[in-house]
Amino acid sequence: MYNFTYHRASSVSDAAKLLGQDAESKILAGGQTLLPTLKQRLAQPSHVVDIGGIGELQGIKVSADKVVIGAGTRHAAVAMSAEVARAIPALAKLAGGIGDPQVRNMGTIGGSLANNDPAADYPAAVLGLGATVHTNKRAIAADDFFKGMFETALDDQEIITSVEFPVPQKAGYMKFPNPASRYAMVGVMVAQTKAGVRVAVTGAGPSVFRWQDAEKALASKFAAAALDGLAAKADGLNSDMHGSAEYRAHLIGVMARRAVAEAG
Amino acid sequence: MSDTGIGAAVRRKEDFRFLTGKGHYTDDINRPGQAYAYFLRSPHAFARIRKIDTAAAKAAPGVIAVYTGADTNAAKVGSLPCGWVVTGKSGEPHKAPAHPPLAVDTVRYVGDHVAVVIAESRAQAKDAAEKIAVDYDVLKPVISVTDAAKPGAPQVHADVPGNICYDWEIGDKAATDAAFAKATHVTKLDLVNNRLIPNAMEPRAAICEYDSGVDSYTCFVTNQNPHVLKLILCAFVLGLSESKLRVVAPDVGGGFGSKIYCYAEETVLLWASKHVGRPIKWAAERSESFLSDAHGRDHVTHAELALDKDGKFLGFRVATLANVGSYLSTFATAVPSYLYATLLAGQYTTPAIHAEVKTVFTNTAPVDAYRGAGRPEATYVLERIVEVAARETGIDRAEIRRRNFVPPDAFPYQTPVALAYDSGNYAAALDLALKHADYKGFAARKVEAEKRGRLRGIGLSCYIEACGIAPSAVVGALGAGVGLWESGQVRFNPTGSVTIHTGAHSHGQGHETTFAQLVSDTLGVPIENIEVVHGDTDKVPFGMGTYGSRSLAVGGSAIMRACDKIITKGKKIAAHLMEAAVEDVEFSKGVFKVSGTDKNVSMQQVAFTAYVPHNYPEGLEPGLDETAFYDPLNFTFPAGTHVAQAEIDPQTGVTEVVNWVAVDDFGNVINPLIVEGQVHGGIAQGIGQALLEGCVYDPESGQLLTGSFMDYCMPRADDLPSFKVDTTKTPCPHNPLGVKGCGEAGAIAAPPALINAVTDALGIMHMEMPATREKVWRAARSGPLKRAAE
Ligand SMILES: Cc1cc2nc3c(=O)[nH]c(=O)nc-3n(C[C@H](O)[C@H](O)[C@H](O)COP(=O)(O)OP(=O)(O)OC[C@H]3O[C@@H](n4cnc5c(N)ncnc54)[C@H](O)[C@@H]3O)c2cc1C
Repeated sequence: MYNFTYHRASSVSDAAKLLGQDAESKILAGGQTLLPTLKQRLAQPSHVVDIGGIGELQGIKVSADKVVIGAGTRHAAVAMSAEVARAIPALAKLAGGIGDPQVRNMGTIGGSLANNDPAADYPAAVLGLGATVHTNKRAIAADDFFKGMFETALDDQEIITSVEFPVPQKAGYMKFPNPASRYAMVGVMVAQTKAGVRVAVTGAGPSVFRWQDAEKALASKFAAAALDGLAAKADGLNSDMHGSAEYRAHLIGVMARRAVAEAG
Repeated sequence: MSDTGIGAAVRRKEDFRFLTGKGHYTDDINRPGQAYAYFLRSPHAFARIRKIDTAAAKAAPGVIAVYTGADTNAAKVGSLPCGWVVTGKSGEPHKAPAHPPLAVDTVRYVGDHVAVVIAESRAQAKDAAEKIAVDYDVLKPVISVTDAAKPGAPQVHADVPGNICYDWEIGDKAATDAAFAKATHVTKLDLVNNRLIPNAMEPRAAICEYDSGVDSYTCFVTNQNPHVLKLILCAFVLGLSESKLRVVAPDVGGGFGSKIYCYAEETVLLWASKHVGRPIKWAAERSESFLSDAHGRDHVTHAELALDKDGKFLGFRVATLANVGSYLSTFATAVPSYLYATLLAGQYTTPAIHAEVKTVFTNTAPVDAYRGAGRPEATYVLERIVEVAARETGIDRAEIRRRNFVPPDAFPYQTPVALAYDSGNYAAALDLALKHADYKGFAARKVEAEKRGRLRGIGLSCYIEACGIAPSAVVGALGAGVGLWESGQVRFNPTGSVTIHTGAHSHGQGHETTFAQLVSDTLGVPIENIEVVHGDTDKVPFGMGTYGSRSLAVGGSAIMRACDKIITKGKKIAAHLMEAAVEDVEFSKGVFKVSGTDKNVSMQQVAFTAYVPHNYPEGLEPGLDETAFYDPLNFTFPAGTHVAQAEIDPQTGVTEVVNWVAVDDFGNVINPLIVEGQVHGGIAQGIGQALLEGCVYDPESGQLLTGSFMDYCMPRADDLPSFKVDTTKTPCPHNPLGVKGCGEAGAIAAPPALINAVTDALGIMHMEMPATREKVWRAARSGPLKRAAE
């Protein structure tokens, strides 16, 4: 780890001010991605602004038609929230399947989304459920948020403040973990929402994406059998020592069917 | 049986300190004035070093010294030796290219040691290392063992033509050819034993210091055999008198072989500690462990088995290429030869066996012994080809093995590949394992699984292994640079408590409990009054350390011999106290007694008298402290049968290990709880090798692609089933305890059992390890048991 100056922000505006001091400053949330990166000397921020103590970024609010999760909310809090489990069980399940207990007790939804790891779970929830990402500057629709591998619509130093999930009629999440890292090799969120059926795939490509063929098929009938004979295309999918693009494409179909079955 | 004696499931005494965080590992130790070392490692698999500029690093904050290979070379720091000379077919000894602890003009693997920075803090050492400018002339590396053995391959060492370390053979080639000539069936198989990275929980670490007052050194280090390390460092590398070095291997968090060796880091630290006049600490980061701990396995083999019309094995022919990596690690040569090919008879009477092994240098980390060391590789070849032979001939997999077993009345049994098995009853273990696994009910379970959309398979592995490598004279004749005996010292304290000193080293094996049980049972001392001391060359008599499941069979036997001496001397003291003749004194359960009377004295009284000899036999030395050195007559040969059952989801390729039965013959068992734990750990590692683990280097660049737990897949609890573990017992006839060794059996038996189960489920002949989900999915899709694609 290289030296940096550490700050603990007291509010979102305080954090924005601290970040504004230097172009090389970085937000620290749960630290589950940033700290390993620093330890491996892969990043050298000048200032690190810890947002862990900001009360307004914490907490889960559930109403009849939406679930709003503060950006600083830990994965474990989402996984164990009885209210989330009632409103969007697939979301609670997804959060409970991230990493291990240590990671879930530290990692935050804001950190996960800002990082946009191609194998992360939360992007599938945000895109699959058609959520809105709120920042200290604006509201960004899920379809506009994820821009590519580790890339998002966030400006430098823009702070995610909360994520607003509309409550779907039905949703299911199925993850095929990479056996080593246990991140998603393929993760599929399927949801029947007011705005239609959405199918989001994480892990398989350079960034989370919607599987439109499946959405069409499920729109006519929301049942696993509707996906029979439908194959995701391997073109452009990740291919590495853990799985070829062809295998990932196949798994997308299997996970999508199982996610629909789970959604009920 | 007492509740703490031989055979009792005593809970491990050492666990209290480990579970409460009170262990003392090397990195927990801090010495006054300690400095820190960081090793700059090669980013290239193969490169010439044109120039190293350390000026900026030397000027960096906190830096005490920076050394490169030029410095260690000038100071005549020796090459890291390989301690076993293997003589090849040509009669020539193996090629032993120089292995400088810091690279002199060439780096040969990613992670090779280029320079060391010594600074006031770890961070400063690491910061300064980034300021070292190395001008590399990058060369084309050779990574796989098959590529390296091809003509025209890049030459890893200029003085090793064709990259061949040795080309060695064992067994009778003519007799084997003759056996194949009369065979009715020949089964052929090509297989790879996948390369593994050990990943002990505690990364390697060392602290070295020099005391100018007495001109001597101390080295605290994560090591499995501190005396052997001391011998190598003093006599072979640094030219020190052995009386000038103390090596301490304190609590060590796992070794699995990877901490047997003499590594560059402790060598450089020891040398540098005198130059800088400060104690120096180094602890590996996990990524350094991946790069630079000696790796395991990495064989490519072609095997052929000749059978007669009844399925009797007539001949077995094996040709193996084994990767030794870029340099020879301490015992690298012995593993793919004497610890591998000598095991190819397995449990079978195959009369003619011939094996050829070529060891090959590549631009990868050194490869050496890893849990099982050669025996897992041999067992994998044999138990896979026997399985394929059963499938080809249509003989039941259990039956074909049974037909070929060495029968129980044939011991001692001389195999055609040098070893003489001591004792065994292979059918007994097979029968019990099949019963526990409900072998007869398997067909019904397979049908039931199919209804759930699952492919179920069963796999057997009837393994043998050789533990407690010995005797010294024989291993010496085969090229070993060391003896393979063990020392044991039983020291009574005046008030009757006991301190045991053992040359074995515990890094997870539970010696502090097992050895205490032996002495408690033998001398009648309560177990809580017994302490075991190990790992410190200044405290413990010279000993050989722990590897190859030797500690109880060899080290425990030495302790028993020392106990015998205690009893012999104790009888003289007791006879004097009871005014009886020595011949009339009996000893049992801590009490000396005059036969046929109720006159007695306790062990405690005798010990006290030995140290306070006011009323004492004339001419007898005071004290009750006996040392024994035990050199076994032979290896011991644990054996058994493991039965794996797996279910495959053909839609995803996920293999679930649903049932595991292990029936092992370890001879007598001292502590069944510890034995069961050792078996569990071994099976876990074996399942890891079969399904999950595999070291991958980029074939072009030689970069380690599985350089962290993100990509190197360690087995975890949820990858494993609950194990059914049982034992059979044919005591070892040649050691006083009748014990055989249990530390590696699981890792040896498990891989073929599981691959046999997976291939059975898929209806295919073979699949290379690790049987990853994608490989299994592809096989399920195209295999004979093809399911309707999802
Ligand atoms: C062992 C391990 C296993 C894991 N397994 C999984 C897994 O299975 N699935 C999965 O999805 N993830 C997994 N993760 C990642 C984990 O979920 C992280 O918590 C997450 O990626 C980052 O969240 P964080 O709060 O820790 O962010 P940090 O590491 O603190 O920050 C990550 C990045 O986001 C930025 N950032 C943080 N908060 C904000 C914000 N509010 N606004 C804008 N930018 C912000 C930071 O500047 C930084 O660039 C794993 C991590 C580990 C260590």
